[in-house]
Amino acid sequence: MRFLALVLLFATTLAAADTVYPPQSVYRLQAALTSQSGVQHDLAVYAGHPVLITMFYGTCPAACPLLIDTLRSIERAVPPGQQQRLRVLMISIDPQHDTVESLRELAQTRHIDVSRWTLARADASTVRRIAAVLNVQYRALPDGGFNHSSIITLLSPQGEILAQSTAVAKADAALLQALSAIP
Amino acid sequence: MNGKSMRRLLTALLCGLLASQAHADGSTSSALVRGGKFESVLPPAQGVKQVDVASFRLDRVPVSNAEFARFVQAHPEWQRDKVAALFADTEYLSHWSSPVEPGAGISNQPVVRVSWFAASAYCESRGARLPTWYEWEYAAAASATAPDARRDPAWQQIVLSWYSRPVSATLPDVGRSPANYYGVRDLHGVIWEWVEDYAGMLVAGDNRQQSDPDALRFCGPGALTMEQKENYPTLMRIALLSSMQARYTGPAMGFRCATSVRSAVR
Repeated sequence: MRFLALVLLFATTLAAADTVYPPQSVYRLQAALTSQSGVQHDLAVYAGHPVLITMFYGTCPAACPLLIDTLRSIERAVPPGQQQRLRVLMISIDPQHDTVESLRELAQTRHIDVSRWTLARADASTVRRIAAVLNVQYRALPDGGFNHSSIITLLSPQGEILAQSTAVAKADAALLQALSAIP
Repeated sequence: MNGKSMRRLLTALLCGLLASQAHADGSTSSALVRGGKFESVLPPAQGVKQVDVASFRLDRVPVSNAEFARFVQAHPEWQRDKVAALFADTEYLSHWSSPVEPGAGISNQPVVRVSWFAASAYCESRGARLPTWYEWEYAAAASATAPDARRDPAWQQIVLSWYSRPVSATLPDVGRSPANYYGVRDLHGVIWEWVEDYAGMLVAGDNRQQSDPDALRFCGPGALTMEQKENYPTLMRIALLSSMQARYTGPAMGFRCATSVRSAVR
């Protein structure tokens, strides 16, 4: 029995060692996220899947609703088999206003499939680090809004940046190509 | 060991700990910068001129090689041969004689060739953070005698002459330039410095175009425009910072740390 426990312990250690990501992987960043369901996650919540990752803020009037539409166009443009594998992670840059409740509300009003999409929030310093690894620029404005670059990043199953797109409301061809090249 | 000597030992240890914390807290190594209203060269939004800067503490001098060496010795994941490529480019600390030693003669020089990630991690290990751009600019507007000397021609001349000096091969030791109004040194003329929100500047590449910014590429009212074009050294800093990515390093790019202070101080 004790032997079995030791074997199990050894096996879990091996599994943990397996999650050392490549040096360029954004999953090297320790970042605690909370999802729209109030669940705690790591940035690597969707490791093992191709992921579309983007940053937004809930009260954004123009470009952010378009971001969701753009993510959906990318989903529609990939073959059904690949579509099932693809995951979407949207991280708020506005932890002050984007609470778990408001993220859940946004997911509901935009009919987001939370089995494959996650809306998440993090504390301000974590948000800065995530933005830094994704090269997202943002700045708080005096009226409570933000200026930020609307970038959609495609991550490999290991968390490496494969493509970045600023195309709006349509699927970026280079990003689609990178996506279809994932084995 | 009996109970009494054990207690004495614990007390001694505790006192040592408190003393080292008092030092790390840096009430002498940082200066209080009293907040106020301020006109930044980067207006926060169209039609908004003034920025409200809350009181904060700022390191009197940039972080030195010796200080950064102690940090990487305690946090091996930040040594140049161990750091993940995500957090630093290949030039990270490449001028040091070894992954944990700066080498002869440069201990008291400001540490350079550090990425934003490494600088942030250093400050965090001290319970501090990088200053924001507005905090840095606010503190750097001070001459030796006035909190905001930017319209003082004599001060402008001093700052400009620092920037027109050729980049010498060796950096001076930290703290060699005169203290400003707040007791802070080396804000001009020694190194470039990381700020917490370096990625938030959103300055369009060609600032002469004042047409409507692309409202879709940037969510929000678009890129900022720069004011006070006569404030050339500050604009140079903004141009450099907005060209950086968080893993980049530079041969003259260092940093210093800041901490927020409770509003009671204001």
